[in-house]
Amino acid sequence: MKISINGNVKQFDDEALTVSALVMTLNLTGKRLAIENNGEIVPRSQFSETKLQDGDMLEIVGAVGGG
Amino acid sequence: MSEQLIIAGKPYHSRLLVGTGKYKDFAETRAAIDASGAQIVTVAIRRTNIGQTAGEPSLLEFLPPEEFTYLPNTAGCYSADDAVRTLRLARELLDGHQLVKLEVLGDPKTLYPNVIETISAAKVLVKDGFEVMVYTSDDPIIAKQLEDIGCCAVMPLASLIGSGMGILNPWNLQIIIENAKIPVLVDAGVGCAGDAAIAMELGCDGVLMNTAIAAARDPIMMAGAMKKAIEAGRESYLAGRMPKKLYSASPSSPTSGMIG
Repeated sequence: MKISINGNVKQFDDEALTVSALVMTLNLTGKRLAIENNGEIVPRSQFSETKLQDGDMLEIVGAVGGG
Repeated sequence: MSEQLIIAGKPYHSRLLVGTGKYKDFAETRAAIDASGAQIVTVAIRRTNIGQTAGEPSLLEFLPPEEFTYLPNTAGCYSADDAVRTLRLARELLDGHQLVKLEVLGDPKTLYPNVIETISAAKVLVKDGFEVMVYTSDDPIIAKQLEDIGCCAVMPLASLIGSGMGILNPWNLQIIIENAKIPVLVDAGVGCAGDAAIAMELGCDGVLMNTAIAAARDPIMMAGAMKKAIEAGRESYLAGRMPKKLYSASPSSPTSGMIG
């Protein structure tokens, strides 16, 4: 399935991909981040039970320097 | 000095709030913030790097959220919807943290705030439980409206973001301060320690700055200068200045006992 992550479309073979599995695949485990899927926030507590679907659009954000 | 800045019910001994952008690296960011004595630091919310840079150090490692009060901002947002969306992500990112800096810009060239979008975002955020410190123009009517909506602090500009032009309209700031029942902080435009002191002498409750420190030749020294300026300006305000007179027939030295 294809998932858009921060504006880039990526192909995944796993059809039962969860948000937490995706975070692990992207080497982001343990990083402080927030995730939005199709405009809705996915709470961290629900990463492991939230399944992704073909065409999902994810935004993965963190805190950076700013004024 | 024991008197403190109270924002959303929480006391802070430092009246200087600083941004974390534009530094050479995170070590310099940290050193400058330590020198500034700031307790509240602004951060921006941006897309996480995916891929090869995933293992690089993050700002949060240098500025642990346990040590500082984070103030996530909406820098770069040009609509109320984008600003609200950004701060909801920030709240999730920072474990339910409610204190935020709202700024909605109107123009990428000048970074002038769009007060109409700012007001509509503030309404949504306050209703949603956020404690909103709001960046705005130095229009006293807009500042009052933002207070009435329920913002916890109003932050008018001294001059435009990153301009370093200092306080261009002290009279408007005075009106805003006089009318406000919530803290008034100057945010943006401060260029040097003198500007920060003037803001405090006007009666501002605090100052938020980033570029004035980060773009100084020696950011760490400037951070220390800003800390002193904020403290000096505050004490000068509290002490109450002497009245201005065009001239005075009252010299500081005695007029009697002159020789001859």
